[in-house]
Amino acid sequence: MADLAERETQFTTKQPAIPRRRGGYWWYLVPGAILFVAVILGPLVYNTYLSLTKWSGVGNPRFIGFNNYIRLMGDSVFWTSFKNSVAMIIAMVVIPTLIGLILASVLFDYLGKRFGASSISVLRAVFYLPQVLPVVVAGIVWGWILRPDGAFNAFLDAIGLQGFTRDWLGDPNTALPMVMVVMVWVQIGYPVVIFMSALGRVDPEIYEAAEIDGAGYWARFKAITLPQIRPETFVVALTCTIAALKVFGPIYALTRGGPENATNVPSYFAYYTFFKKLDVGYGAAIATVLTVIIVLVAVGIMRWQAHSERKELSGT
Amino acid sequence: MSVPVITRTDSKVSAGQRKADERAVKARDRFHRGPGRWVVLAIIVGGALLMLVPFALMLLNAFKSPADYSTNGPLSWPTEFYTKGLTTYWTEVNYPQKLWNSTLIAGCVAVAAVLISLLNAYAIGVGRVKGRLWIVALFLLGNMIPQEALVYPLYFFAKEIGLYNTKLVVIIIFTVIQSAFGTYLLASVLGTFPKALLEAAALDGASRWQILWKVVFPIVRPTLSVLLIFFFIWTWNEFFIPLVMLIDNATQTIPVALASLQGDRLMDAPTTNAGALISLIPAVIFFLIFQRTLTRGVTAGAIK
Repeated sequence: MADLAERETQFTTKQPAIPRRRGGYWWYLVPGAILFVAVILGPLVYNTYLSLTKWSGVGNPRFIGFNNYIRLMGDSVFWTSFKNSVAMIIAMVVIPTLIGLILASVLFDYLGKRFGASSISVLRAVFYLPQVLPVVVAGIVWGWILRPDGAFNAFLDAIGLQGFTRDWLGDPNTALPMVMVVMVWVQIGYPVVIFMSALGRVDPEIYEAAEIDGAGYWARFKAITLPQIRPETFVVALTCTIAALKVFGPIYALTRGGPENATNVPSYFAYYTFFKKLDVGYGAAIATVLTVIIVLVAVGIMRWQAHSERKELSGT
Repeated sequence: MSVPVITRTDSKVSAGQRKADERAVKARDRFHRGPGRWVVLAIIVGGALLMLVPFALMLLNAFKSPADYSTNGPLSWPTEFYTKGLTTYWTEVNYPQKLWNSTLIAGCVAVAAVLISLLNAYAIGVGRVKGRLWIVALFLLGNMIPQEALVYPLYFFAKEIGLYNTKLVVIIIFTVIQSAFGTYLLASVLGTFPKALLEAAALDGASRWQILWKVVFPIVRPTLSVLLIFFFIWTWNEFFIPLVMLIDNATQTIPVALASLQGDRLMDAPTTNAGALISLIPAVIFFLIFQRTLTRGVTAGAIK
């Protein structure tokens, strides 16, 4: 920078011989910063304050300290909603990542070489399709399929399994597993696409050399595929876990948290408390706890990634 | 929803894949033959078809009359090509209006968010302003926090200043949320911007503003267009904040309109399917147009 300023004084007469205006770049942050404070930082701080009050949305919030949080600890709906968050993580992170891993490696390493890139990309696109659709619309279609008079029961009827038909989303025993199935359907394409592009980075000669040396599919999977996509696995785990903790639209479209809170999740619980029960302070407390958990989980995954990278470096 | 990670080496990636394909054609050796691959292919194709079953069922029932549905059920072939469900939904929710609302909101957000991201990232990545790590962390946090933690204050203040139930307030909110991600991503892209180019431009007497638009912008334009497409589709698909903010017919977006009509439980199954079909069509068209960008151009690579 200093060097540049020196040279500038040599070549240009317009610029006086002062160091470059260092503060000048701040101006470019001004519009973004104002908007960020108005839409994210300000509301976040105000929401945290509201979580310490009792308020119905009209009049003045009344400060009640940590009472909302104390109430949360004894609220069984709150605990159910977070238990269901774990189910969402299984359905949106664990299962899609495992299936995605296998699908991506089979498509890329096993089928790709035999059937050509265009048929593989059609398959990949089919798996990815639910990811680009409005999830609420997909949720409404699924909600109809799983209705008592919906397509799933009609299908069971048709193949002679009348005994199993039921109101899949209305039965507390089946509602959560069904929501999980829908979420796997929504989510599966994301890891497939990310992992396949990660494999695209590998020099094909590595796979070929391994093959010529007699390495079977599983050996190649373990020795080449898994290490190669490790960075992407962290990205998928991080982004999908955050998405799973935030999930709202599918729950709204499928079950509205019911029956008997069997599928309630923190985001729907907060929405319901804010806008249906008009218990703003309590809703703000739920949202604050959810925020803290998301940030902690995200930081945890990032540290885990940094740790594993360090271990990899020292290992080799 | 899913977060893309934009690669800066996508030409290389596809070149690598192309190379692999060429080799594959050449190397039809004994390793690549045998019935095993056909079996695996059949399983994967079966899985792909299973993914499409909900769409097939939706199509089948979108063109069925309610009477046909109640007598023959959801799995039968329609007895007649019934389009009244589609036209009923079209007029009932005033679909062209919803399409315009969604397009306007998503379009404005995409352009504004890319612009804000570029300005922020220019200051952070090229300008190397002090405390940039903290600024990036703050934007990352903004992208991470759940909208539930913002929604009530936003709802309350929007009412106070008279922006409640306007498209403008949704545009502003999503411009900020999307640009939080855009800033995080672009700042790391611009952090590796070739110094020589910047210095050469400065020597020619270009101001920072000129450098941004004449040097930086043309080079990062491919990345910006990917961001634009993603911001558009993400905003198009957003549900929670539009649900809270947009309460009447004149302002609602396509997903909110369908969900609120379905919430009234007034719709029979064929109309539900017809409504879902109409609501999915724009997104499917985007998908077909931008398939390459969505599934290949936007991939992992800039992770580290």
